Amino acid sequence: MPSWIDACATDDIEEEDVIRFDHDGAVFAIYRSPDDRFYCTDGLCTHEKVSLADGLVMDEIIECPKHNARFDYRTGEAKAAPVCVNLRTYATKIENGRVLIELMGAQ
Amino acid sequence: MVMSAGKRDYDLLGPSAQHAVDAGLTAAEWYHSEISRKEMKALMRRSDQPAIRDTVIWLGCMLLFAAFGILLWPGLWSVPFWLAYGVLYGSAADSRWHECSHGTAFRTRWMNDWVYQIASFMMMRNPVSWRWSHTRHHTDTLIVGRDPEIVAMRPPAMRRIILNLFGVVDAWQAMGNMLRNASGRLNPQEATYVPQSEHARLIFVARIWTIIYAATLALALWLGSILPLMVIGLPRLYGAWHHVMTGVLQHAGLADNVLDHRLNSRTVHMNPVSRFIYWNMNYHIEHHMFPMVPYHQLPALHAAIKHDLPPASTGIWQAYSEVLPVLRRQLRHENWFLKQSLPETARPYRPEFHGQVEPAMAAQ
Repeated sequence: MPSWIDACATDDIEEEDVIRFDHDGAVFAIYRSPDDRFYCTDGLCTHEKVSLADGLVMDEIIECPKHNARFDYRTGEAKAAPVCVNLRTYATKIENGRVLIELMGAQ
Repeated sequence: MVMSAGKRDYDLLGPSAQHAVDAGLTAAEWYHSEISRKEMKALMRRSDQPAIRDTVIWLGCMLLFAAFGILLWPGLWSVPFWLAYGVLYGSAADSRWHECSHGTAFRTRWMNDWVYQIASFMMMRNPVSWRWSHTRHHTDTLIVGRDPEIVAMRPPAMRRIILNLFGVVDAWQAMGNMLRNASGRLNPQEATYVPQSEHARLIFVARIWTIIYAATLALALWLGSILPLMVIGLPRLYGAWHHVMTGVLQHAGLADNVLDHRLNSRTVHMNPVSRFIYWNMNYHIEHHMFPMVPYHQLPALHAAIKHDLPPASTGIWQAYSEVLPVLRRQLRHENWFLKQSLPETARPYRPEFHGQVEPAMAAQ
């Protein structure tokens, strides 16, 4: 049974941007893509645990602010050094202008 | 947070490395000047245009100078063209290597990657190994035993720095590394920061380079002339002086083992020619604090946060007039360093980390 967590309002995130969401001691990053879709991944870079919410979103890529590591935030795939480990991703849905994330079914 | 004074050991496998880990200096949280997300997003925005323009000028001038150098060879009139070619090869390639290793020069990824490969070859820096080395430099900037890219050690390695104005030590070591890597081996220090999954690629590049250098050498022997080496290889020596001159100023004489780039990095205003060669890395505190900001936006970043930074040196010579006395003093007292003062508008150095960082105390 999926359990959806209310993370933020859709308006909290600008287009092609990311915000941080802390929940139950864990850090997540919530993205709004240029085509107005919402995605969620772990919030810390798999290289040195830097918050990805301070990074740069370009198209489907999030770049870590510390070492410019790149991930595809839709799939979590590590795209370029210095990251070798993928990010976990989480399902999202929009209800009444809110972004909900599903933490149990991490990919 | 300040490590006890004593002989510094820069070996990445030595006791200072363990001290740094024990003192919490590795992969630590560094100080950042405050800047709004909106402003930072605008500064981080990528663009191909400035780097395409600069790369066309850079490679175009290299072709032109090399052509004149070859046409006028071996006459004395070829010398100015080789000097200019050398600086674009042995110095401008350093900053291109650097900026493209961050992936910030161009918006388009393959452009970054291509320029990175070309510049790495010119600088004799294995593009795989050095990407990881530079990653470590940004994680643990000037942390003794952790940062593999410390140029001016303590006491300062003056002989090495002077020889490297002509690339002597660096190129010699780079050749040795290339041959070692080409034989399928890494040196033990490299192995501390290059992941196993990257070793095969590192070795492959070293083998390709070995073939290129061997072919250039063979051509020079066949022609009975060093002309081919004037184009490939030797400019890493005779053109290195500018990148050493500007690079030494990045951190020399400043604090080590601290967690605030305002204490261990230096911003220097420079003339437009040096800034073109150096791709704005004279804004070095800004670059370390926010490595996502492309080189062409660093002047704007400087303007946005300069109220929180030590005043920038007004020029290369002014910076050296500050650095050289400190280096001279460090030859006798290696714990001496220059503590950069902050303007009244700046947030102070964090006392919990840097309360003990006083040069007078450290030198005792």
